[in-house]
Amino acid sequence: MSLAGENIEMRGTPAVPPLVSLAGPGDYLALMKPRVMSLVVFTAFVGLAVAPGHIHPLMGFVALLCIAVGAGASGALNMWYDADIDAIMSRTTTRPIPQGRIAPGEALGFGLVLAGFSVAILGVLVSMLAAALLAFTIFFYAVIYTMWLKRWTPQNIVIGGAAGAFPPVIGWAAATGSVGIEPILMFLIIFFWTPPHFWALSLLRSDDYARAGVPMLPVVSGVAETRRQILIYALILAPLGASPFMLGYFGLTYGVVSIAGGAVFAAMAWRIFRADADALERPARQLFAFSILYLFLLFAVMLGEHAFGGWISRAMA
Amino acid sequence: MDNDGDKPGIVLTEEQQRRRRARSVALAIILALLVVLFYVVTLVKGPGVLNRPM
Repeated sequence: MSLAGENIEMRGTPAVPPLVSLAGPGDYLALMKPRVMSLVVFTAFVGLAVAPGHIHPLMGFVALLCIAVGAGASGALNMWYDADIDAIMSRTTTRPIPQGRIAPGEALGFGLVLAGFSVAILGVLVSMLAAALLAFTIFFYAVIYTMWLKRWTPQNIVIGGAAGAFPPVIGWAAATGSVGIEPILMFLIIFFWTPPHFWALSLLRSDDYARAGVPMLPVVSGVAETRRQILIYALILAPLGASPFMLGYFGLTYGVVSIAGGAVFAAMAWRIFRADADALERPARQLFAFSILYLFLLFAVMLGEHAFGGWISRAMA
Repeated sequence: MDNDGDKPGIVLTEEQQRRRRARSVALAIILALLVVLFYVVTLVKGPGVLNRPM
């Protein structure tokens, strides 16, 4: 059995339980899922930056720091609760808890402390609304998604995807103290982007999920239904991605990128839908990779248009 | 009689000591940065440090 502290040299008291952690700072950073955190911070930054009005750069930094730490707290709480299935799935066996470098209780405490600090500091220094949204997001990810939906329904990532869609709304709320149509559109884009993104991955790893007993769509409903659902969500996402342009919130550059990106996304989903059962891996892998690029591009162009548009306005004034 | 005082208890390996030191240093740095953050925010926002939008 591998537990934190297994290499302790014990003299005279062999029954002493493992008390000494083997974790380094990097293990605690891994608990915070830094790659997920980076996407959260980026989309939150875009929500904050494109919001009307002015927020002091330091307050903007504090808001993003709190959102990042809140996302990290969600990751730590997720790893605490999912330690049993993380130990089974090949993608997650190297995480700190299954490896025995961090005890589950430490991860729970770490996550709760980070959640408390991030919400409190965001509320005290920046915005109560943003803090309330951050608290709800952490609760939604840790309790609604991780503890309830993930092991219960193949719709787990559809509903649970809301947690990943909140950061731009939180960023906007931090800057304005309110929520408008634009952040709701950003929320919807991420919300409808999440299922095809994760289902493309789950097509590649359905054996892993089945072994761990996680009812992902390919495990429960089969590959054919998963391909159909990916296509449906892609066809909803493509026009939704372009809606900020069609509603006049963003300009031509965003319009071109979102329409072209949405078309490529839908075409890739169609390729998965039409592919032979034994030739799914390549199109699924391509869609998974492209979906990340697609979301990044949409938000990057929102940010670029806002920054460039503001610069043009000032130059013409 | 209690003879626990004769037992050396847990003796950490060098690796465990190194990792514990690394955790302590990381925690100290984070706490120091938190102090600096609150200090700078107070300087920037002045007396209205707690004024913020809903």
